[in-house]
Amino acid sequence: MSPQFTLQSLILRTAAHFLLPLLLIFSVFLLLRGHNEPGGGFIAGLVAASAVALYMFALDIRSAKRVLRFEPRDLLGWGLLFGVISGVPAVFMGQPFFTSQWLELTLPVLGDLKVGTPLLFDIGVYLVVIGGVLLILLSLAEAEE
Amino acid sequence: MLLAVLSGFLIAAVAPWVHRGLGRHSGWALAALPAVLFIYFASFLPALREADGGRIIMEYDWIPSLGIQLTFLVDGLSLLFALLISGIGFFVVAYAGRYLEGHRDLGRFYVLILAFMASMLGLVLSSNLISLFVFWELTSITSYLLIGYNHEDAKARKSALQGLFVTVAGGLALLTGLVMMALVGGSYELHELLTSGDIFREHDWYLAILLLVLLGCFTKSAQYPFHFWLPNAMAAPTPVSAYLHSATMVKAGVYLMARLNPSLGGTEAWMLLLGLFGAVTMFVGIFLSLRSTGVKQVLAYSTVMALGTLTMLIGVGTETAMLAAMAFLLAHSLYKGALFLVAGILDHEAGCKDFLQTGGLRRALPVTTVFAGLAALSLAGVLPMFGFVAKELLFEAVLEAPALAGLFSVLAVISAVMVVAVAAIVGIRPWYGPRADTPKVPAHEAPPALLAGPVVLASLGLLFGLGAGLVDQGLIAWAAAAVYGAPVSPYLSLWHGFNLPLLLSGVSLALGLLLYLNWERFRRVTGFMEVVNRYGPEAAYEKTMAGMVWLSEWQTRVLQNGYLRYYLLTILISTVGLVMVTLLTRTDVHIDLDLSGILVHEAFIVAVLLMAALVSVTTRSRLGAVASLGVVGFCVALIYVLFSAADVGITQVLVETLTVIMLVLVLFRLPGFLGLTPMVLRVRDAIIALAVGAMMAVLKLAASTTQYADSISAYFIQESQPSGYGRNIVNVILVDFRALDTLGEIVVLALAAVGVYAMIKFRAEDRRR
Repeated sequence: MSPQFTLQSLILRTAAHFLLPLLLIFSVFLLLRGHNEPGGGFIAGLVAASAVALYMFALDIRSAKRVLRFEPRDLLGWGLLFGVISGVPAVFMGQPFFTSQWLELTLPVLGDLKVGTPLLFDIGVYLVVIGGVLLILLSLAEAEE
Repeated sequence: MLLAVLSGFLIAAVAPWVHRGLGRHSGWALAALPAVLFIYFASFLPALREADGGRIIMEYDWIPSLGIQLTFLVDGLSLLFALLISGIGFFVVAYAGRYLEGHRDLGRFYVLILAFMASMLGLVLSSNLISLFVFWELTSITSYLLIGYNHEDAKARKSALQGLFVTVAGGLALLTGLVMMALVGGSYELHELLTSGDIFREHDWYLAILLLVLLGCFTKSAQYPFHFWLPNAMAAPTPVSAYLHSATMVKAGVYLMARLNPSLGGTEAWMLLLGLFGAVTMFVGIFLSLRSTGVKQVLAYSTVMALGTLTMLIGVGTETAMLAAMAFLLAHSLYKGALFLVAGILDHEAGCKDFLQTGGLRRALPVTTVFAGLAALSLAGVLPMFGFVAKELLFEAVLEAPALAGLFSVLAVISAVMVVAVAAIVGIRPWYGPRADTPKVPAHEAPPALLAGPVVLASLGLLFGLGAGLVDQGLIAWAAAAVYGAPVSPYLSLWHGFNLPLLLSGVSLALGLLLYLNWERFRRVTGFMEVVNRYGPEAAYEKTMAGMVWLSEWQTRVLQNGYLRYYLLTILISTVGLVMVTLLTRTDVHIDLDLSGILVHEAFIVAVLLMAALVSVTTRSRLGAVASLGVVGFCVALIYVLFSAADVGITQVLVETLTVIMLVLVLFRLPGFLGLTPMVLRVRDAIIALAVGAMMAVLKLAASTTQYADSISAYFIQESQPSGYGRNIVNVILVDFRALDTLGEIVVLALAAVGVYAMIKFRAEDRRR
């Protein structure tokens, strides 16, 4: 492990264990509320990526990769796939590609909920941003070793 | 009709499987397609006699929502070509099945030759200029692939590339010319443009259109000085030479000139350009043909001669000339197709690629001998072959040409003499005389698949000659009428009585035979031509290509120098230059600076921002520079938040954070500051940096004071909730209103990330090694 940039701080390391899940949950929160309040896939992706970056600085690259579970490269692909797929339903409805489609659901606990293809698209953006940033960040950090 | 044109592509797609399934009989099986097409096109003949204005127009909806249609135009000219393409195509495909039997790429050959046939049919039948051009380029591409068929042979590859470059360069000019024509004529449809000749001839663009179109036609039809690619194209298998580079593709240029004659023809420029280039090509072609000894070279150069003759005749432009051109076109396709196929037999059975190797083969190949002789008689223009009729008309047309009749006549007669000599070389030399030592001893006469083409095509030359009047009443006259732009009185006949053309014909025959007997002396005497050739058009082509390679190497060295700083400099300087010039010349920039509304805390943020920027460029520590850049970024984010752009502000903060992290990771790898940059360079960089900043400032101010169109913001604000179901307008724009843009952006983001990843990985692997 490269001691050059890994901060050997017990406080930070301990905090990172708690901060990472919190920040990830926060990023999902940002992602979901983005349609009405400040937030959205891009910002959420950056928050999630920062969370992993923090974890990497606090511990080390291997732990960061382990906690990420996915290869950043795969996230890029999944994100682009979601992005493209979200435009497809419109075609089947006889509308131009990417016309948004909405479903109104009434759920017992949550009340009225609108689910639409823009959300799927935003998830795509979210994944691409996480994948892109972490791909660069992790490979840069690995190159340090 | 649509199916007829496209069937070649469809069958081409399955041709390899047909070939695999049928083995050695695949040639005959696939030849069924051109045969059916031939019958289909022939069925238009009665309809055309009845048709209004001698043409039939067929329209198909292509992109109905844009009003784009695929239009086909059937008249005498296109039908003559369509019949030639499908008719000769039948023999060529059948021939190729046997000629290339056992070749491992025969399946691919079928694909290409059928695709070519379809492209060529599309080219001659299209009425839409754009689809005509698309088919035109398709023939160039299939020709390229067919010349380079033996792709392991470096010479074949080089020749293929040469043919492609020359014809495609012309094709680009042609496209420009056609678009200009459409702009002037107000339509992309040929059948509409053909009736509006005067609009073109009196338009300011006439000369430009003419030169561009002719450049396309001349390169395609191998006119001097672009003739050199055609003999080199003989690297292709012989059926290809017979089909593409003699009977059909090279005539595409001639076709287009003939087609456009009613629109562009009849002017002095047209007559001079076509007449002179055609006449020179005719002479140079046949001269070089007589100088060559390679079987296919001789034939290829004599094709150049024929193409020149056709161009010249279209240039002369009289009724007789058009009739002569169409008759000559038909005659040439028949005898030259036959002769090329005979050349293939010579190669296939006796292994001869050079006339000097041949002699006395008449006993081994009796049938071939007879029909090669028949085709050669038509080439020489001997009574009663159809070639004779064409030659008579040719002489008559040039003798009564409205201008330069003397020059054309003299060149035509000299060429005719040499044509007779070439005909003798082809028709006599390989077959009679003492038996020569051929590389292969022919065991038997060529098989039917190889013989069918020469036999039928050469016999047709004889039949059409005997029945010249009949041919004339029909297709040839209609074709000539389509070229001439007005009905043409039938004129063809075998016997015109004793007149000057007949005399010239007789003289050329006698002199030609004399020349044949002195063939070797002729080649010796004209040996000096080799020196001239070294500075000829082909050398110019080589020089041009070498020059282009040199230029691209040079500009790659300059532009792709591998230094990030120079890339940045190039990008920044060009941006500043282009934007500033545009701003100063195209817009009326007036900058209203109203500083009165600025609050204290806003001024404070700006002051911090400026100081941080100053620190970042003057500090001697990298980390310091990064940190102060971070301060700049956070100040900007604050400004966003103050002006209630929360999303942008948050994004800015996050991006800023991650950028600093990345920069820090990179900074570890860099050596310390050494301060090697001299003062002059620093001043230069400072000036450029200030210029970029100034440009951005002016641009921003100009953008906020200049309003070209109504702002779209109002629409977004209004529609965000009802149509987008979202209150966060920024997000609704990103993921709904402008989702396609965002998709493009995330693709770029992904690509950039992969690029950086690859760069780091490759470098790390290099290190490890």
